[in-house]
Amino acid sequence: MAKLSTNAVAKILEICDRYTDEKTPLMMILSDIQNEYGYIPLEVQELVSARTGISVAEIYGVVTFYSFFSLTPKGKYIIGCCLGTACYVKGAQQIIDKFSDVLKIKPGETSADGLFTLDALRCIGACGIAPAVSINGQVHPKMTVDQVKKIVDDLRAEGGAA
Amino acid sequence: MIRTVEELNTRKAQCTAALETKINGSDGRRHIVLCGGTGCLSSHSAEIRERFIEVLKEKGLEDRATVNQVGCFGFCSQGPFVKIYPEDTLYRMVKIEDVEEIVESDIQNNTVVERLLYVDPVTKAKVSKQDEINFYKKQKRIALHGCGVINPEDINEALGMGAYEGLRRALTMTRQEVVDEVTKSGLRGRGGGGFPTGRKWQFALNVDADQKYVVCNGDEGDPGAFMDRSILEGDPNSIVEAMAICGYAIGASKGLVYIRAEYPLAIERLKIAINQAREYGLLGEDILGTGFNFDIELRYGAGAFVCGEETALIHSMEGQRGEPTLKPPFPAVSGYMGKPSNVNNVETFANVPVIITKGAEWFSKIGTEKSKGTKVFALAGQINNVGLIEVPMGITLREIIYEIGGGIKDGRQFKAVQTGGPSGGCLTAKHLDTAIDYDSLVAAGSMMGSGGMVVMDETSCMPAIAKFYLEFTCEESCGKCSPCRIGNKRLCEILEKITDGRGTMEDLQELRNLAAVIKDTALCGLGQTSPNPVLSTLDNFWDEYVEHVVDKKCRAGVCKKLMSYVIDREKCIGCGKCAKGCPVEAITRTDYTAPGHKLTSMVIDSTKCIKCGACINNCKFGAISIQ
Repeated sequence: MAKLSTNAVAKILEICDRYTDEKTPLMMILSDIQNEYGYIPLEVQELVSARTGISVAEIYGVVTFYSFFSLTPKGKYIIGCCLGTACYVKGAQQIIDKFSDVLKIKPGETSADGLFTLDALRCIGACGIAPAVSINGQVHPKMTVDQVKKIVDDLRAEGGAA
Repeated sequence: MIRTVEELNTRKAQCTAALETKINGSDGRRHIVLCGGTGCLSSHSAEIRERFIEVLKEKGLEDRATVNQVGCFGFCSQGPFVKIYPEDTLYRMVKIEDVEEIVESDIQNNTVVERLLYVDPVTKAKVSKQDEINFYKKQKRIALHGCGVINPEDINEALGMGAYEGLRRALTMTRQEVVDEVTKSGLRGRGGGGFPTGRKWQFALNVDADQKYVVCNGDEGDPGAFMDRSILEGDPNSIVEAMAICGYAIGASKGLVYIRAEYPLAIERLKIAINQAREYGLLGEDILGTGFNFDIELRYGAGAFVCGEETALIHSMEGQRGEPTLKPPFPAVSGYMGKPSNVNNVETFANVPVIITKGAEWFSKIGTEKSKGTKVFALAGQINNVGLIEVPMGITLREIIYEIGGGIKDGRQFKAVQTGGPSGGCLTAKHLDTAIDYDSLVAAGSMMGSGGMVVMDETSCMPAIAKFYLEFTCEESCGKCSPCRIGNKRLCEILEKITDGRGTMEDLQELRNLAAVIKDTALCGLGQTSPNPVLSTLDNFWDEYVEHVVDKKCRAGVCKKLMSYVIDREKCIGCGKCAKGCPVEAITRTDYTAPGHKLTSMVIDSTKCIKCGACINNCKFGAISIQ
């Protein structure tokens, strides 16, 4: 069980305090923490519980319910392949399979070097430019299987060097 | 800050004049607008806009032309778009490299750049004006009327287009009169339920409470749907205004917009609109000096399809798991924090200001007897013209697919169109002349849903599509009730058996039995409608299911476990590369030598083949195919 750094503790408490006037702040607190750190492990949930009075059981129930909240850290590059119907009929399954192949991880997993997370996304509403792939929130239009390897190589060159 | 109706009217007159000048060019300038929807932004429309500004500056033309971003044009497959006023010239698929040419040719020399014009896929003619393109001709843009015309980040342009006139008018009516107007219009919920909006508002008005809420459902979880996204990105003030009108009508002072986290641009644009409305005093206290207070807050989803269901949505806003609860009590009586809450979809709200401004009678003249007004559809899939369309209810499927949609891509055959997402069903060629409205779609075994229309051709396998939807529903099921949690899982497992080649005729009957039980007993709309894709495909594509089960064949070539990898012995030169690369040693040499070849051909043992495709990758002679 990792210990939280003093900075992290301070930040998380500050996030909780942002919403003291809200009657039902849990979703907002968890959203802010997810955006800040990329994941919400049990230790953080315990801290939120202590500050807000909401039980850990309830917090854990909410974190595990929503797909945006993660219990484990995400990679530097979050590659989200939309698997909505419009993208699916345009070959999105082949694209996510190719990413999975190249990155050697399954959807939902993060690579061992911490660089990549591969996610299967619900429809992101970019059906006009299907198949759509979102990398760290940036939407890439009309993806093809042939583009996959180069995208990964480019990200690896950029990310590995940093 | 606009404190009175007189001030509002003065400001609106100024804004209308400014917008008109831009559109008719009476200020002697050209006005360049670019589509700023998510689709075009991902194709660099923001950079294209920057380049325009740069090039105009380089050439000293800053006084001759303005450059602005507007909302989604809707014709996503042809983006990024650049439109030039006053000529109304529309350029499509514009790249950064094209900017200089557009400026030199069009802005400087008034010569249209022909190669960037839209080409009609049927007539092959170039079309320069947006209104003459078939995709737009049959549309009637009411909910989308501001999208693609105004800058969504500037409330002045919204005012110029008539925004907040609805609110002004509503505040001169009594609350009951406003509700009556919405009821008379015949507006029905555009999120998929089709419940009469006026009646919903009446329920909330009838309840006495110290606090009521107006809730806007911006979750738009249906895969293949992006209508609400475009409205929020392209004309967010229409939603702000509609919620204020609703608040006045039902007696609520607080509005909440539940917006899915997957829409960051919509969130940003809505925030800007809310802030600008507050600055102008159109939100907040004592709006237009009438004593009416109303303000709006945003709440974010976190990736859960079931939160599109209104009770689940409310619980999510309350910081809980998004699990639906039984209705009654309905949200109008007991909703957010137990208070009366009116929940409406984004597109439903987008129609409200127009109804109040132009009147219920005007609105009810459009559409069919029981389905008034228009509907925004997201046309996607294997169709030429992919994008967002708004058409009057009663238009036929044939008009949508062939006239507006431009027909099936790559000259293939129309097989089916899925409407209503995971809650809907498919329509086939025999439905092409059906007039689309809420009731006719239900009669055809589907439903309107939120408006997603995914077109499929012969490369789609219908059992696989049913399986795709069930996998989605299983993933998104909240797990609270057994029929959905367990029932849908079993449906999904049977469909997997079928697409894996292990299905039986009894399985097909079992699908129907299970589906009937789930529809009858599930707690919420998600579970109750999840068997629809299965039932609809069974009804319309029975032969294809039987083929999978009895013949173990997939005519669309999608179900890999039903396909065979075959070597054409006439093409095979016998090099043996395929055999060397086969991980399960399924390829051996025959004793057949094809005419003109020196070595004997290879053959694949289909009982050993694991269909990995390595042999196809290794064969340089195209001798191996999937059948």
